[in-house]
Amino acid sequence: MSEATQTTIRFRRRELLAGTAMLIFSATTVRAATIAGQLPWAPNAGDPPARVKLGPWEFFNGDEGRAVEALADCIIPPDSETPGGKDSGCAVFIDRQLAGPYGRQEGLYLRPPFQIGAKNQGHQSEKGPAQAYREGLAALDGACKQQCGGKTFAELSDDDRVGVLKALEKSELKLEGVDGKSFFAQVVKDVQMGFFADPIYGGNRDMVAWKMIGYPGARYNYLDWVSRHNERFPLPPVGMTGSAQWTRS
Amino acid sequence: MSRRLPRKDVVIVGFGWTGAIIANELTDEGLDVIALERGPWRDAPTDFPPGYMQDELRYRIRHELFLRPDQLTFTFRNNMGQTALPIRSWGAFMPPNGVGGGGVHWNAEMWRFLPSDFVLKTHLTERYGAAFLPADMTIQDWGVTYDELEPHYDRFEYLCGTSGTAGNLRGKIRDGGNPFEGPRSRPYPTPAQAQPFSHTLFGKAARELGYKPFPQPSGNLSQAYTNPLGLRLGPCTYCGFCEWFGCSNYSKASPQTTILPFLIRKSNFSLRDNSEVIRINVDRSGKRATGVTFVDSSGEEWEQQADLVILSAYALFNVQLLLHSQIGQPYDPVTNTGVVGRNYTHQTISSVNGFFDNKKFNFNPFIASGSIGMCIDEFNGDNFDHGPHGFVGGGYVGQVQTGARPIESTLVPPGTPSWGAEWKKAVKDNYLSTVKPGTGVHGSFYAYRDIYLDLDPTYKDRFGRPLMRITMDLKENEIKQNKFLTDKFAEIVKAMGAEKLAVQYRTAPYDITTYQTTHLNGGAIMGTDPKTSVLNRYLQSWDVPNLFVMGASAFPQNAGYNPTLTVGALAYWSAAAIRNQYLKNPGRLVDA
Repeated sequence: MSEATQTTIRFRRRELLAGTAMLIFSATTVRAATIAGQLPWAPNAGDPPARVKLGPWEFFNGDEGRAVEALADCIIPPDSETPGGKDSGCAVFIDRQLAGPYGRQEGLYLRPPFQIGAKNQGHQSEKGPAQAYREGLAALDGACKQQCGGKTFAELSDDDRVGVLKALEKSELKLEGVDGKSFFAQVVKDVQMGFFADPIYGGNRDMVAWKMIGYPGARYNYLDWVSRHNERFPLPPVGMTGSAQWTRS
Repeated sequence: MSRRLPRKDVVIVGFGWTGAIIANELTDEGLDVIALERGPWRDAPTDFPPGYMQDELRYRIRHELFLRPDQLTFTFRNNMGQTALPIRSWGAFMPPNGVGGGGVHWNAEMWRFLPSDFVLKTHLTERYGAAFLPADMTIQDWGVTYDELEPHYDRFEYLCGTSGTAGNLRGKIRDGGNPFEGPRSRPYPTPAQAQPFSHTLFGKAARELGYKPFPQPSGNLSQAYTNPLGLRLGPCTYCGFCEWFGCSNYSKASPQTTILPFLIRKSNFSLRDNSEVIRINVDRSGKRATGVTFVDSSGEEWEQQADLVILSAYALFNVQLLLHSQIGQPYDPVTNTGVVGRNYTHQTISSVNGFFDNKKFNFNPFIASGSIGMCIDEFNGDNFDHGPHGFVGGGYVGQVQTGARPIESTLVPPGTPSWGAEWKKAVKDNYLSTVKPGTGVHGSFYAYRDIYLDLDPTYKDRFGRPLMRITMDLKENEIKQNKFLTDKFAEIVKAMGAEKLAVQYRTAPYDITTYQTTHLNGGAIMGTDPKTSVLNRYLQSWDVPNLFVMGASAFPQNAGYNPTLTVGALAYWSAAAIRNQYLKNPGRLVDA
């Protein structure tokens, strides 16, 4: 009977830490382990998510960043109670996602041939989300410059921005080389995802989205509340890294 | 060439629910057992602790716990005239990976099938006549009956500590349970879970409409429980992170919580992770398995010889391994011959979301478990007369909302813009007062001649083997069934007091990008005739008697319930046949 090989297990956590399970079979440090006799439990073997680093864009260039911030504020406009998409960090969320495994389509099946199929057969392109954003944002700014007196999307007034997006949504405004309607639908989905995901990923700053809807966050025990019907749950949200109130003096 | 590991009595391919059950049963016989698992080791304290398990982005949206398509995927098309294309990113279903398999991230809904489900062809033909069934429908009897499976259902329920209210105790119908269920020999091991507000509202509305609602049987436990192996589970805390997530609280039944800590101590058991079986090997006669070949994560190829091979991967992978190993005749829908790949099915699901007045209703919808809910079973299986309706099959309907994780549960009433200030306000106004039952309509999916699995002519996996091709669509029978069930469900949601409803029917064409449960079935079905089944009634291969194939791949067609309890019961049933019959006289347990 062989012993559990705990070192290989610890390495595997590291690989998962990067959020890239694909590395499981490409990284040389990961090996199959035989487990027998006892559960291979090791202290600190978990792989908590890393908090995004604040600071410069990791994927976007300056123009792209400004465009996505402007898009985020159209999709989620600020109001007197809750910040908009830009101030709640949705553009940062998308930037970090595109710079990471999601943007690169890591773990997806990318073998050729790439053929055009029916919509219900799913995404069939070599291009992943990162490339779609690069091309989509350039085409959006291009179309705006052409039709709005040389101004980029971010340079337009709020009303003009909304007008452009409504035209995009109805396929009245075409983007060069890009399906503008699908691209905008993807941006809407990603901005809203960033708004509601845990703040550790860059959006939902200070849990503003969770406060807005009344979601208490990464709690895991509602035993006292399951049978209290039609009463509003009284506690404020917490994120995976806790709550700002816990650390502020 | 492959390196050889020391010979074992038994090799188990895939270590989810059925692999764990079989391993525990066969090690009890003193056999030397090794299990090979394609994915990584996983356990609650290390892989999904309460500090960061409640992460919708990582686990639900980015599929952290699931198989990656670049490791293995399938191709898909709606019909034989179409070119199948690869599933590059998961959508309609989510193949599991790793120790515990789907048992790690399931909702733990623990339904028994109806007695009539196991004799479906005979039952429907006797009641309605053969002409009532669509000509291309290929439903069959299972070859095993409810009464034969009952002790094994009971065993799996007690292993898991299942929380529920019995509706039929030894033939006596009891208030508060499902009056349509088959007779059970014992009550559930633990009482039903507590129900949040919207779930109780559904129960009340259903009762007032004349139905008999009951709590959904749950593998998330209402109270602490010690199972027959001496392993302890804790009470569920209703955190609302079951489906797609591992339970950090030892409250959800899984191989890790109910079997593994006991099994791992046995000296005649070992488990290898990150080891993907690529072939079942047979001798020259083709009638005896000699073991399996697998590849570890460094790419090295190994051979594990064994006297008995247990195939217990996820349903689709069982079929794929049989095809790649050339065991059993592949199914051909044109000539209607062959068996491997035949009678592939899914689950016909839909839902109705209800939007309520937020001044009167606050559901705290994030308080839930994966298998919480109130359901009715009046329209499942053949619990009602199908004569006037022109379809067969059915399902349960219920408020089975599993939580309100905010990326997916911030819904707005129909007619609201999908972005902008109006959308933002509608999200804010509706989040706490919306009922989102997920798979609220959970219908059967019967089998058809031209819905099947075979090998794709074009696309290959990372080893250069053909991907398996799925040819799948929704037929008129299932579409009618779903329309009928969804309308009945919508009536109840309206009666709960919803001001607006968003009604979604399941329609053709079948869409590989929209999640419809991971309840994939068939392709290696059990039965009584080797011409129409891959396995006999004990899940033993007709062609290779020292090979047994577990899992929902054995279902001849799918019933209107979640499959796992039946999958587990079949594993115990098969294990009993191996222990009591096969080991005494290895060979075919049923004459062909």
